[in-house]
Amino acid sequence: MERPEQLTKYEKDAAASIRACHHCGEQCREDILLYDGHAFCCEGCRTVFDILQESNLCRYYELDGPKGLTPAETFPGKFDYLDLPEVASRVIEFTDGKLARVNWLLPKIHCISCIWLLENLNRLHPAVRSSEVNFPEKKVSIVFEMHQLTLSNLASLLTSIGYEPYLSLDDLDTKQKDPWQRTRLYKTGIAGFAFGNIMMLSFPEYFHLGTGGGDQQLRKLFTLLNFGLSIPVLLYCASDFFRSACSAWRGRYFNIDAPLALALSSVYAVSIYQLVTQSGPGYFDSFAGSVFFLLLGRYFQDKTYAGIAFDRDYKSYFPVAVTVVREDGTERRTPVSALQENDEILLRNRELVPADATLLSPAASIDYSFVSGESEKVERTAGDVIYAGGRHTGTAVRMKVLRKVSQSYLTQLWNNEAFAGNKEEQSATLAARINRYFSVAVFLLAVTAFGIWFFVFQKTETAFLAFATTLVVACPCGLFLSATFTYGNLLAILGKNRFYFKNAHAVDRLSHIDTVVFDKTGTITQTGEASVNFNGVVLTPEKRTIIRTIMAQSSHPLSRLIVQHLSADPVSRRALVSFEEVEGKGIQAQWGSTKVKIGSADWTGANFTGEGASSQVFVAFDDVIAGFYEIKSSYRPELESAVAALHQAGIRTFLLSGDKPVDVPFLSRIFRSKTVLHFGQTPAQKLDFIKALQSEGSNVMMVGDGLNDAGALRQSNVGIAVSEDANNFSPACDAILEGTELTRLPAYVRLARNGQRIIRASFCISLLYNAAGLSFALAGQLSPVIAAILMPVSSVTIVAFTTAASSLAARRLITDQGHKKAGRRS
Amino acid sequence: MDALYLLIGASLLVAGGFLGAFIWTVRRGHYDDDFTPSVRILLDDAGTPES
Repeated sequence: MERPEQLTKYEKDAAASIRACHHCGEQCREDILLYDGHAFCCEGCRTVFDILQESNLCRYYELDGPKGLTPAETFPGKFDYLDLPEVASRVIEFTDGKLARVNWLLPKIHCISCIWLLENLNRLHPAVRSSEVNFPEKKVSIVFEMHQLTLSNLASLLTSIGYEPYLSLDDLDTKQKDPWQRTRLYKTGIAGFAFGNIMMLSFPEYFHLGTGGGDQQLRKLFTLLNFGLSIPVLLYCASDFFRSACSAWRGRYFNIDAPLALALSSVYAVSIYQLVTQSGPGYFDSFAGSVFFLLLGRYFQDKTYAGIAFDRDYKSYFPVAVTVVREDGTERRTPVSALQENDEILLRNRELVPADATLLSPAASIDYSFVSGESEKVERTAGDVIYAGGRHTGTAVRMKVLRKVSQSYLTQLWNNEAFAGNKEEQSATLAARINRYFSVAVFLLAVTAFGIWFFVFQKTETAFLAFATTLVVACPCGLFLSATFTYGNLLAILGKNRFYFKNAHAVDRLSHIDTVVFDKTGTITQTGEASVNFNGVVLTPEKRTIIRTIMAQSSHPLSRLIVQHLSADPVSRRALVSFEEVEGKGIQAQWGSTKVKIGSADWTGANFTGEGASSQVFVAFDDVIAGFYEIKSSYRPELESAVAALHQAGIRTFLLSGDKPVDVPFLSRIFRSKTVLHFGQTPAQKLDFIKALQSEGSNVMMVGDGLNDAGALRQSNVGIAVSEDANNFSPACDAILEGTELTRLPAYVRLARNGQRIIRASFCISLLYNAAGLSFALAGQLSPVIAAILMPVSSVTIVAFTTAASSLAARRLITDQGHKKAGRRS
Repeated sequence: MDALYLLIGASLLVAGGFLGAFIWTVRRGHYDDDFTPSVRILLDDAGTPES
């Protein structure tokens, strides 16, 4: 088999400066690996190609172009814990002793090729009987023969082609919930069925047919059938409204379902009364129709992004298993939940520290960016306490567990009261606020009508009819439909623009935002992107080649960035003599007679005391410092215009960072003030800062990314997690925004505000229908036919209006900005 | 007129049949994933190694 080879300079020139990887489609920025006539950006991509080619699965690349995944870094035995019986029994969904089925979340599923490849998994391993992908949920259900393929091997197989299964403590702790949509669908379907049939059976009534004597029997039958059809609607389909109204009643608060339940029950009561006294056909059609439209509205509004989880807590981030070193020196992967105090654990490169622990190995380099927002790594020596949540980089280290996972430093944040309440109950939506007045007005009107008919005209029956039909016709359905369909449509539009909301309540709260608080690391800075600058003497091409060749040997993130920075320079194929990488310090190697040292200031012997704004990598030739590479995290290019647009909209902005004060001049220019920048904030301080703003009466939006923002995201009115990829795991939040869309944030706030206006407008439209209906109802003249016409016509008008208006507003606000941006660029 | 009773009964039976079919499809999970099947049908079968 052909070996991968590095290109010579000439071949590389011929290959053009930009070459896309045959597997992942990314631009090859470091070395190009040539294999089987294709270019690959890294060994990982090449390996996947090799696996696919061996199994004759290269059609993968024809389906959707090069969109493959680079497999994640892994180590042997990573998934061994899956074979422990207690873990296996929780992972396996179903087994008959021979075949087993698992349903795993593969967050990396992203294109049509993924579906094809994963559904042809049996080609990669004959023990796989079948595999079925659920694309929206990013899950794959695999049936396999247990005796030929262990769970750990299955997980490794998926990882080797780039789809590492996501297995979290959370998902193992609780079994899968029932899919909520199914109950919704049953209810909507049955309500629709009843509505259609009742309407059909009511047709003779609408046209005043069947008034002759011979048809009386038929008429009675129709009414009875209507009654029968309405029973499941009342007892099953509408049960949610009644239940919610009941709990509101018990809790002594007022929600939108209360007047709805009152209206629905009064229309049902009048219908029963008419049925019993044979005084009319009842309003069963209007009743079933209302329930049907309301359920339909809720279905649209509550359509969820199944692949995205909004309720992640710390458990989702922590690894499921960790290597425990036992007294006899053997290693064993153990579930993190079973970790005990004083256990000795072994952490490999890029593994997360699962519990507070003391370091046993001489030194470790811990990246706390995930917990504190501090972007620079910290060095720890033996005996130091390392808090859970830090990511270890470098060679494997040993630690002794101090506290169990559930009692760790980071986990304590979750004991804060901010995590206790439900945001949805804290504030009323626009619809609920209008409803409060509206319902009272309707109720007073109904009582007045009843009083006038009962006491003034002495007509008992008309009085009851007027009372009930007033409630029927002025039922807050219109208002309810306005809100559900507007929010439902806005959720869908925002989702298309890669801004995913947890629910409609959050969109409502978004419209009231007057203060935006940004986190720094990972939110307004770009992860994985950095600017690299060389300060010092001018390097000759030969020296650059030397640096690049040496750095290419190291897997340290800073080395990778420097190699990327020097990608225009060739790599020498000369063998390096006495190459040595000192963990946490740097690299030293002999280049001919020259001794090259690349690394930290003290190690290379440089005399450097700079501020901690950036990372420096010093280069010394024969112990003479040539200069240093300065590596800074780079800000999102859209940041400036986004903040400016927010200011223009009259929104205050703040910056909260867990980092040291860096780039203060740049940031104070963007935020137009120095006082709004707060550095060195702990997760708890961030939460308190938001609380303080709220106590001044502000509606605060928090934009953050890491676990260190979890408290602030939770406390804020709208917590938005910024993510490079919405399917990554972001902390519990109200919405997830893809990083590249940050600039559109002001437009989204405006869109939410427009949504409120649309709801008010469509509510006014429904009031017109109400007024028309009320004039009949108050006179005690509302016949079922008028109710049956008014109800669906008003519903359809409202649905059409809100959908059209919100789509129009979205097009105006979102694409307008796109044009402006394009104009500015040119 | 008696024909009407029969017709009403028949129509409800047919409608009930459709409702039953709907409930069956929901129960079988046909609405759980509304995207993948539409793609799957267009993908060629790679064929199993045995066949």
